[in-house]
Amino acid sequence: MKKFDLFKIVAYLILTICALATVFPLIPLLFASLKGKEEFQNTGSLNPPKNWFNFHNFAVAWSQGDLVHGFFNTGIILSVSLVGTIAIGTMAAYAIDRFNFRGKQLVLWGFLAATLVPGVTTQVATFQIINKLNLYNTRWAAIILYMGTDIISIYIFLQFMASIPKALDESARIDGAGHFTIYFRIILPLLRPAIATVVIIKGIAMYNEFYIPFLYMPDPALGTVSTALYRFIGPFSASWQVICAATLIVILPTLTAFLLLQKFIYRGLSAGAVK
Amino acid sequence: MFKEKTKRQFVPWLYLLLPIGLLALFTYLPVINMFWYSTTEWDGFDPHKKFVGFHNYVKIVKNPEIFHSLFNSLYYFGGAVIQISLALFLATVLSYRFRGSNIFKGFLVFPYLLNSVAVSLAFLYLYKGGGGLDLLVKHLGLGRFLTLWLGNPHIVNFSLAGVSVWRYMGLNLVLFLGAIQSINPELFEAAQLDRANRWHQFRYIILPGIKRITALSVILAVSGSIGVFEIPYIMLNGSNGTTTFVIQTLKTAFVLNQVGLASALAVTLLGIVLVVTFVQRKIFKDEGVDLV
Repeated sequence: MKKFDLFKIVAYLILTICALATVFPLIPLLFASLKGKEEFQNTGSLNPPKNWFNFHNFAVAWSQGDLVHGFFNTGIILSVSLVGTIAIGTMAAYAIDRFNFRGKQLVLWGFLAATLVPGVTTQVATFQIINKLNLYNTRWAAIILYMGTDIISIYIFLQFMASIPKALDESARIDGAGHFTIYFRIILPLLRPAIATVVIIKGIAMYNEFYIPFLYMPDPALGTVSTALYRFIGPFSASWQVICAATLIVILPTLTAFLLLQKFIYRGLSAGAVK
Repeated sequence: MFKEKTKRQFVPWLYLLLPIGLLALFTYLPVINMFWYSTTEWDGFDPHKKFVGFHNYVKIVKNPEIFHSLFNSLYYFGGAVIQISLALFLATVLSYRFRGSNIFKGFLVFPYLLNSVAVSLAFLYLYKGGGGLDLLVKHLGLGRFLTLWLGNPHIVNFSLAGVSVWRYMGLNLVLFLGAIQSINPELFEAAQLDRANRWHQFRYIILPGIKRITALSVILAVSGSIGVFEIPYIMLNGSNGTTTFVIQTLKTAFVLNQVGLASALAVTLLGIVLVVTFVQRKIFKDEGVDLV
């Protein structure tokens, strides 16, 4: 019994140190964001702010940086891409899992092999395509790329669909349901847990995506959360307390989502990595 | 009956039309074009692409900067090894459920979900001269180790790899924990009856149970460290010797407007990733690992 307690103490100690190390990089950020200009210049970055409710920097960051645009654009891109990604992923999975047809193996292989292509570098050539489609400097560039290159979701849907008994489709078919009715009224509702997983992990990934909006949407009015925050670096480099506030504004939605959806997020991360 | 059968052949393509169309347009067409562009000298605008054969590849092999940026991947790979070991250790500790273990897990996983620009800015501020890290180091009485974390060219890549460990450890932790929790609990009960100690439980139950996920983590670590991009790009724009292969490729394409050469770089990267994946699949084949 005593030995067990020792283990517990050591475990708590190690975990506490690791948790502190995880939080530590964010602490100077929080402190700085709550300090006035003078206070910021005259105090060390590990000194807590005088007034914990001084939200002046947050107001400046919100109104003077382009964060408003950023959240608006990210919101639009995120919603449209998620709906699209779910439609595409479930359709592909439905066709592959529920039908036997010539060329099925080839199709499956085509999706499989695509996961090996490193996404960032193909932008060298993808850029030309987006340009030819006249999507450069429009939100559609990000939307169509998020939708069109998301293969992990197809896998998540495929995996989940395999566990939905085929007898359900059969009996519906005998009752006279067409393939679309089966897809829309039977399969889609049963896929709800998988859809939740995709929404969560893809939603987080799209919220965090930096390079695609950076490359394809240079127009400041089309800034997303990531690029709008990135653009703080130049103009605000003399007032880091504002940059810190902006950074926290961007972190806040992630923190909220994490606190509310912790369990789903853990499940989603495992499902997304282990294709 | 025959008609029904042909219909069943035809219907799936209705559902596949859009997914396959997008796959072809945004994954396979770029790859094919990349090969094509890589044999040309082209700025990305000129309607005429000048064919130069393998000239771009010769340029790559002769350019020492390329090898330097590939070498930089090693810092991140080193970081990934630390990160995987740490995650394995912490996952083992956390798998003995006790009060508060979920809170600790939350703390450790959270960084993985954060926006890359936010992470980069947080660490730019932390690493600043006289910033949070300097103060911490001084408080710990290690003042003589103070340096410019991002300015010292011998240190900067370690600092960046550190950011990467901080950011990605949580993912490994979740994967390991998931694998440990899916081990049959009866095994642990049997071990307890046999008076096996914690080390034995780790060595003979946990370790064999997470083989597959460890292999996956290593594969992700290798391709991840070759593909490092966001942190060095956002924090330092690849300056001070922190360029990575991906940064170099993208700068060649979109800053220097040498799309031909950039495509050759991209093809090279694709080749490296494919070879690495292939070799790893060979190695892990006996382990019953079934990946991509």
